[in-house]
Amino acid sequence: MKRWTLWVPLAVFLAVVALAAWRLTGTSEAVVKSALVGKPLPEFMLPAMVEGKPGLNRADLATGKPRLLNVFASWCVPCIAEAPQLMKLKAAGVEIDAVAIKDTPGAVKAFLSRHGDPYARIGNDYDRIVQIGIGSSGVPETFVIDGQGRVAAQHIGDIRAEDVPKLLKALEDAR
Amino acid sequence: MSLLLGLALAVGTPVDLGYSQIPDAGKEAKAAELMGTLRCLVCQGQSIADSDVDMAADMRRIVRQKIAAGESPEAVRGWLIERYGSYVTYDPPLSWTTAPLWLAPLLLLGAGLWLARGTLRRRRK
Repeated sequence: MKRWTLWVPLAVFLAVVALAAWRLTGTSEAVVKSALVGKPLPEFMLPAMVEGKPGLNRADLATGKPRLLNVFASWCVPCIAEAPQLMKLKAAGVEIDAVAIKDTPGAVKAFLSRHGDPYARIGNDYDRIVQIGIGSSGVPETFVIDGQGRVAAQHIGDIRAEDVPKLLKALEDAR
Repeated sequence: MSLLLGLALAVGTPVDLGYSQIPDAGKEAKAAELMGTLRCLVCQGQSIADSDVDMAADMRRIVRQKIAAGESPEAVRGWLIERYGSYVTYDPPLSWTTAPLWLAPLLLLGAGLWLARGTLRRRRK
């Protein structure tokens, strides 16, 4: 047997240690990306969440112009944090629809009057039918939907000030 | 409980499949087996059958509704993989990324046999 082959087991062992060290020291926070990005939205129809604002169905998201679909809840703290950014996007002319998860009309109404209302429509997604249907695993998440009702991009977590230009660009790219 | 369930069925109130079984025992068995191999996305490390968070119940409801409607467990698994990738299943399909899991033992066995052969040959000399 050649000399160098003696070192193979040690090299394999070190490779395993390195792999374990890399995985153990990395962030444990797993982000589950939607596999539906690039694919058409599924068919759905949600009733209105609050009085005076329509509910949401798939056809509303395929209007020929890219728009945002925000997955939120009144009980979600990062949703409060992203509210000003959504207002900024609305002010920039972006049309935003939403689905509210595990929520009540009263709580959503209070949330909107306190933190601003950037939404054109809000669907009541109490059972997470749309959320799971589009591969979202938490709140808040924001999806860029192109004019044909296709999912163009997904933003996971709250929208920060620095994410606003990225979303505007994603909306532009989805044209 | 069964009386309540019977009553609910009798008056036509739909049972919440997130928290109760499909009345058809055969379908429930299929759904239960499937749910034990689907990952709860927010608890990570538990299956949706094990977890008590509301999102797991929402996923169970969808799985049971689909199975009750006559879909096969593999079709339902495929539906979820289409949305969350193979991360959502504890029984991932064979692909380029999972191939090492299957091939590594065979390669290691081959390497072991090769090493053993070399050693035995030297001993014989």
